[in-house]
Amino acid sequence: MEIKVVHGGMLSMIQDLGRPGLRAMGVPVGGAMDGFAMRVANLLVGNAEDAAGLEMTMVGAELEFLEDAFVAVTGAAGGELEPWRPHRLRAGTRLRWGRLDAGCRLYLAVAGGFDVPVTLGGRGTYLRGGWGGGQGRALRAGDVITVARPANTLSVENWRLDPRIMPAYAASPTLRVVQGAQGGEFDREWWRGEYAVLRQSDRMGIRLQGAPLVRAVSGDLISSAVAPGAVQVPPDGQPIVLAADAQTIGGYPLVAHVISADLPLLAQLRPGDQVRFIEVTLTEAHRLTLAREHALAILRQGLAQKHR
Amino acid sequence: MIEFGAGMDAAMLDQARVLADSLAMEPLPGVVDVVPAFGTVTVFYDLLKLRDYNELRTALEQRVSRLSGNVRSEGREVVIPVCYAAEYAPDLRRVAMHTGLEPAEVAALHCRAEYRVAAVGFTPGFPYLAGLPEGLHTPRLAKPRTAVPAGSVGLGGAQTGIYPLASPGGWNLIGRTPMTLFNAAAVRAALLRVGDRVRFRSISQEEFATWK
Repeated sequence: MEIKVVHGGMLSMIQDLGRPGLRAMGVPVGGAMDGFAMRVANLLVGNAEDAAGLEMTMVGAELEFLEDAFVAVTGAAGGELEPWRPHRLRAGTRLRWGRLDAGCRLYLAVAGGFDVPVTLGGRGTYLRGGWGGGQGRALRAGDVITVARPANTLSVENWRLDPRIMPAYAASPTLRVVQGAQGGEFDREWWRGEYAVLRQSDRMGIRLQGAPLVRAVSGDLISSAVAPGAVQVPPDGQPIVLAADAQTIGGYPLVAHVISADLPLLAQLRPGDQVRFIEVTLTEAHRLTLAREHALAILRQGLAQKHR
Repeated sequence: MIEFGAGMDAAMLDQARVLADSLAMEPLPGVVDVVPAFGTVTVFYDLLKLRDYNELRTALEQRVSRLSGNVRSEGREVVIPVCYAAEYAPDLRRVAMHTGLEPAEVAALHCRAEYRVAAVGFTPGFPYLAGLPEGLHTPRLAKPRTAVPAGSVGLGGAQTGIYPLASPGGWNLIGRTPMTLFNAAAVRAALLRVGDRVRFRSISQEEFATWK
C-alpha cells in the first residue's frame, strides 16, 4: 500500500519509538516526541507499538491514500479525522491537516506501519544525522511512503479510547519533576515561576523563558550523560528541557528531570504556552509510570480480543 | 550516575570504562543503556523490566565496589590521519597566535601527544579527547560556526576532538581527517569508544585526496 505526500506540512517525518542502547556512541534516543500518542495510534490500528508512523508538527501534511487503509490519529488536535479512534479510509481519500488546533505534534498510524529500512536499530528520522525515515529528512511533496501489509485486521471502527488513560494535555500544564543532580544548588524560588515556551524549541530541546534560575554555586561541571526530560540551566538562567533528539552528554547544571509520565505533555507544548513545575519523589514518578503502563496494557488486551 | 571524580585523569577514565565494560558483559536486569563519560558512568533503566529499583541500586553499588582501586583499561590504539593544510584549518593561525607557536609547530605538537577518548557525544561518534598538551590549550570561538565540515579536527579549551558529521561547532579547526568516524550503516557505527587511545598522523593534501 502506498501513500502519496501532496504537501509535507511544516515538519512531518517518520518516527517510531527510537533507538535505545546506543547512547555510548553518542546516538540520541530519538523517536516520537510524544511516545504515548505514537503507541496508542499504533495499537488502535493493530500494529506493534513501535511500528513506524508519521509525526506532524504545528502545520500538518496533506496525504493521498492510494489504496484502502485503516488509520488512527492521536496527539495534537487538528484535521477532519476524529482523533484517538480508528478509521477505515477508501482508496483515493485525501486528508489535509493544515494548521493544528491544539498541541504541537500529531501522530498518524496506518495498519501495517510505514515500511522504511532500519538504521541503527530504528526506523525513525534523525534530522541532524540525516538518517532513518527512509531518506533521512522530513517529508516533501511528491514523496511516496510504502505501508507494510498488516499482520491482522481489527474490526473496531466504533471503538473509543477511555479518556481516563490520557495524559493531561494542556497549553499551560504543570510538569512533574524529580530533583536533578544540581537541584539543591538553585534558589527554591524557581518553583513558583511560570515559564513561556520559546519559538526556538525543537526536537532537541524545549527552550523556556521566565525569571532566571539562580545557582548558588559557581564553577563548571564535568560533562556526563543527559536524557530527554532533563531540565538544564545554561549560564543565562533560562531553562532548557531536553527532548528526544537532544545530545547524549551535557555539562550544564541539571535542576530537575521531567518524569517519564509527563514527557507527552512536554512534546505537545507550542511556542507561547506556559509551564509550571512541581516536584515529586522518585517513588511517585515510578508509580505514575507504572500506572500509565498498566492502562496501556489494558488497552492492548482489550484490542487484542478484537483481532480477526 | 556513578561519579569517580571530576577532571580528566587517566585513572578515572579507566574506572569508568571498566565499569561500563563490566555492565555490558554481565548486564544487570532492567538496564537498557550504559554511558561512560569523563569520570562518570550513567546507567539507564526500563522500569517495566526492573524487579525493584532499590535492588538495582544495590547491585550497582556492589559492582562498583568490586572494581579494585587500580583498574587499567588498555583500550584500542587508533591512528588518525589529519591534513593540517590551511584550506582545512581555518583557525590554525588563531591557535598559533594564541599559543605563540608557528602553525607547523602546532600541528607537530598535536601529533606528538597520545590522547584518550574521555567521552563520545555532542553528535553521534564525536570523541572528546583528553591529553592535549598544555601549550595548545586555546579557548573556544566566541561565536560558534553554524556549519563545520565533517572530519574537522578541533581544539576546545583543554580538549581536542573530531566532528564526525557536518554540524554547528565552536572549537578551533586546525585540520581535517579523511577517515569516517561515524557510519550509520555499519555494524560498529562509531570508530572510537571511551577509553580508546588516539594518535594523529600528519598527512599531505595529496594523501588526503587518495582517501576519498
